[in-house]
Amino acid sequence: MGLLSDPNRRRALIGMLTRLNAPICMICYMAGVAWFMGLAFEPFTLRTYMSENAMGSTMVEERFPAGERALATGREFAAHKKKTGGMPVDWLVRTMQARGLEVYTQRFSRKLPFPDEDKERYMVKGTNVYGILRAPRAPRTEALVLSAPCSPGNENNQAVGILLGLAQYFRSQIYWAKDIIFLVNEHDLIGMQAWLEGYHHTNTTGMDWSPLQGRGGSIQAALSLELSSDVVTSLDLVLEGLNGQLPNLDLANLFYAFCQKIGVLCTTQGKLPRNDWDTTSGYSHAVQTMMLMVLKQASSRPWGDHGLFLRYHIEAASIKGVNSFRPYKTDATTVGRLLEGMYRKLNNLLERLHQSYFFYLMPSLTRFVSIGYYMPAFGLLALILLLRALDLWVQLSSPPTRTTEDACPPLCPLSAPQPASPGVLSILTPLVISHLTGVALYTLPVLSQELAVEHFPVSETEAVVLTAIAIYTAGLALPHNTHRLLAGEGTEQGWKVLKLVAVLYLAVLLGCTALINFSLVFPERGLLVGVNDPGLTLLFAVFFFQELQETPVTLQEGWMLYLSVISQGILDHALYGSLLYPLAALLVYPCWLLFWNILFWK
Amino acid sequence: MIAITQRHVHDAAVPPLAGDPPAADPPSPPPSKDDFQEELVIRPLHSGDIYASFQFRTVWDADFMGDQKVSHYRLFPKSLGQVITKFSVRELHISFTQGYWRTMQWGQPYLPSPPGAELWVWFQDTVTDVDGTWKELTNVLSGIFCASLNFIDSTNTVQPSASFKPLGIGNVTDHSFLRYATLPREIVCTENLTPWKKLLPCGSKAGLSVLLKSEKLFHSTFHSQAVHVRPVCQDPQCRTTSMELRQTLNVVFDLHTSGQGKREWSLFKMFSRTLTEACPLASSSKVYVDVTDNPQGEQFELSPATPLLTQAVVLGDRRTYSVYDLTQQASFGSSRSLNMLLRWKNSHNNVVPPVMLRPLLHSERYVAGYGLQAGEIHTLIYNHHPYRAFPVLLLSAVPWYLRLYIHTLTVSSKGKDNRPSYIHYQPSKDRERPHLLEMLLQLPPNSVTEVTVEFERALLKWTEYTPDPNHGFYVGSSVISALVPSVVAMDTNSTLDRPLFSSFFPCKEEASYFMRVYTEPLLVNLPTPDFSMPYNVICLTCTVVAVGYGSLYNLLTRTFQVDEPSPGLAKRIANVIRRFRGVPLL
Repeated sequence: MGLLSDPNRRRALIGMLTRLNAPICMICYMAGVAWFMGLAFEPFTLRTYMSENAMGSTMVEERFPAGERALATGREFAAHKKKTGGMPVDWLVRTMQARGLEVYTQRFSRKLPFPDEDKERYMVKGTNVYGILRAPRAPRTEALVLSAPCSPGNENNQAVGILLGLAQYFRSQIYWAKDIIFLVNEHDLIGMQAWLEGYHHTNTTGMDWSPLQGRGGSIQAALSLELSSDVVTSLDLVLEGLNGQLPNLDLANLFYAFCQKIGVLCTTQGKLPRNDWDTTSGYSHAVQTMMLMVLKQASSRPWGDHGLFLRYHIEAASIKGVNSFRPYKTDATTVGRLLEGMYRKLNNLLERLHQSYFFYLMPSLTRFVSIGYYMPAFGLLALILLLRALDLWVQLSSPPTRTTEDACPPLCPLSAPQPASPGVLSILTPLVISHLTGVALYTLPVLSQELAVEHFPVSETEAVVLTAIAIYTAGLALPHNTHRLLAGEGTEQGWKVLKLVAVLYLAVLLGCTALINFSLVFPERGLLVGVNDPGLTLLFAVFFFQELQETPVTLQEGWMLYLSVISQGILDHALYGSLLYPLAALLVYPCWLLFWNILFWK
Repeated sequence: MIAITQRHVHDAAVPPLAGDPPAADPPSPPPSKDDFQEELVIRPLHSGDIYASFQFRTVWDADFMGDQKVSHYRLFPKSLGQVITKFSVRELHISFTQGYWRTMQWGQPYLPSPPGAELWVWFQDTVTDVDGTWKELTNVLSGIFCASLNFIDSTNTVQPSASFKPLGIGNVTDHSFLRYATLPREIVCTENLTPWKKLLPCGSKAGLSVLLKSEKLFHSTFHSQAVHVRPVCQDPQCRTTSMELRQTLNVVFDLHTSGQGKREWSLFKMFSRTLTEACPLASSSKVYVDVTDNPQGEQFELSPATPLLTQAVVLGDRRTYSVYDLTQQASFGSSRSLNMLLRWKNSHNNVVPPVMLRPLLHSERYVAGYGLQAGEIHTLIYNHHPYRAFPVLLLSAVPWYLRLYIHTLTVSSKGKDNRPSYIHYQPSKDRERPHLLEMLLQLPPNSVTEVTVEFERALLKWTEYTPDPNHGFYVGSSVISALVPSVVAMDTNSTLDRPLFSSFFPCKEEASYFMRVYTEPLLVNLPTPDFSMPYNVICLTCTVVAVGYGSLYNLLTRTFQVDEPSPGLAKRIANVIRRFRGVPLL
């Protein structure tokens, strides 16, 4: 600050910043990327550790014996599911009642804004069944949730079997201090959304559901189980939830601790933790794991049934059973014991999970990068924008003062420049136009689907996606030179002001996004590198994601995937309130159009 | 305090055990008559669980309210008697409950109580400083019962205007002498049971109280113990009053955890003790087993069988009980111990799937919404009576840190607005007193009445947070007091073992009965700062103030002026020479 109060030194500093602007930006960019990539390097990251005292030091013993019986129940469930052609509600109610639970059902229905072709559904009607194990001598103030989806086909029968097996075993134990809710939800996320909205008596997405009859107080934690085979080779932990929210890191630590204790292979993003960090392959493995997490988080969609709990400040994660060709298998009893251990520890909780981190990235299940470590990477990138803005600002304000430099005191360069000189109108026009285009992109695809279906030989879903793409491309072709009509020829000055506005806009946008969903910044960062289109960024992200998942796709498949990703994004917004689509349509896209405008100013 | 209590009880209990009944003591002035009864009711519950309810009643024909000091205690516990005298207590009701009564599975309890601790006291109208007396009383009771009743202060005490009327005689209904408080967080355990048992004349040495072993009582699904003191009439003319002390203990054993899933209950299985004698001080000592659902023994088998049956209308329902009189030696049989056994007949299917009951009145309460700013409290009150509407009084006391928006209060039944006929609302004052909301509602037949009110979560001062702020803050149970139409009056069509002339008009003296239902307590999370933050905040603030503000202030207040650059050394030397020479300076 002393530096700034001395006009000479200030001038020198500003001079240096403007003169070396490009190299400094370059260095910042490199440093930012290097920092980010360095996050996956093991010596730079921290080892995960259990912060919550109530879960850390207390010992629990896992005694769940009935894995085989649970699998038999799962098979019975499968048979009834096949017979009823959907959720076997009556059977589930009876079975849960026989296990001594308080059983309730919830009906829900939902009409999607347009048909979901991936999951082949449009009018969704279903029933959730849940049973509450009332904790002895507890006043119904706290609860834990274990859920398993009732999926079509042969999926997740074992998960329901284990859920019912655990319910029976848990029922005969005296030590529960929190009610445990065993939930079987139909139509995966839609059912879960209905149940959560019913439980909290809110309605954010306009779904129809019947009110819940039984509750267990405030839910402290939830696990969602997905298991489709009798034996598993490893268990995968899924953390990414709606809008990139993550559960408290202690939940991941708890899972890892029990996997270690019981001896089950555990993964995150489907990647085992590796010890060879000093080799190239070990490092690239960690980078892949982290990038997968970043991409999944950036997608803002729930990656499992747990994802919707996070909005209600309920720590939740999904556990998926993976059955690959590895030789060592884990049986259902062991999986049951793992869950039993986790629930007993969660039962010991005296407070909500709050001790550990809520903002983190995981380059492997045993390592994490906290917000304090990854934010500088973002800071370096945001700095570029601020430097560019400063450069433009100085350029805008210096030319008129340069002529009178000797007469004017050195304060002049920082006194009010003349932003008004190009005319507010010429800046406002592109801003308004690009935002209107954004609004059109946000509203029109879903609204105009019927019109499109009438006039073109496409299905509703295709209509929505193609309308979105059409509006998107049309936005590029818009006559961005309208300001000329209003304010005459675009001046150099006006161009700079517009650029300044655009750069600051982007900086603010990135800053806000970083606070909400850090991972989303990196795809957005694509905008930084010259004129990089959000659509292309998404396309690139799709291919990159497939590459990371080791399921590379051809161009053709990739394009189809791209289309479905767009439709899913719109659906996620309509069904669960994911913020990515409005953010992209209403803010990122107009911002990018501003840059596009700058390109075609003259 | 425990030690003192113990001594008092011994003072009271030792002389009679020595074997001299008070009546056989002619020289002393006639001691006031006292009487002790003990009773255990066992009710097999619909869900397969079993409910055991103990009641110990001591009636003492002493006038606590009069002027003369009561000093000689026999059966009545001295510790309580002194408290009642000192604080001029007319009625005292205190309950400690661990667990929530599941009306939907168990039906109605004999004595309802909310989870945690509940205390309500009517003071005599001679008390001038009710709040001060209340404060002292809670502190003393806290010592007697080893409970955190000392946490009762003005922020959780209310004066209900209608819900809690005196249960004993006395026509004082000015509610300024009433204080009511609940501590929903109170955890009840052995340290509360021991002082409670010490109030009994026989302690836990003889009679029914030998069954009260904590390792079994706390291996249950529901546990509630209470002490009720009230004045009652001494004789039918009610010329003089007696003091009645009722100690009750209710416990529910679970089919799956305590019963190992087998529907077969015995005293030994429940309490790991059997009965061998009555309390020698008791004038009556009985065990009742509810056999209403089992008139011919088709459901379960009760052994040893007893010929004694009694009928009573309990909670509006006519029930039949098998009675074991412990004062009769015959009850103990040849083995000299009584271990009742209830064995269900259909052994192949011991566990009946629990189907929910439809009690005439029940309720639920929950917090709706998400986020840490606002929320909504929903209270649902169910009237399952097919054709009768009845009124209920709803009382909810909400702590001040949930700021109720009373203008958002809505009451609706069957989709229509249901206007309460009486509302008593006392707004809260921050850090001083809670919200009190009392409403008289008419519940339409076969309906759900929903009462909702929105609230805002207050940000507490940092010293006001509990040591575990992330656990959440409790809101005590709402209380629903109702006159419920009785089941007996409901079946006007059944002429089962009743003379025809008695059953034409449905209205009888037992047409409706008083019932109290407690809702669940709520656990609400308040916005909680990260308590490691103050340190960071202090560091950050100091830095910002020192560096940022300092230099900004400097920048803003400093006056800038063009400064002649100071001439170089050579120039200055040249100027000195020039001055000497008298030529103009450079």
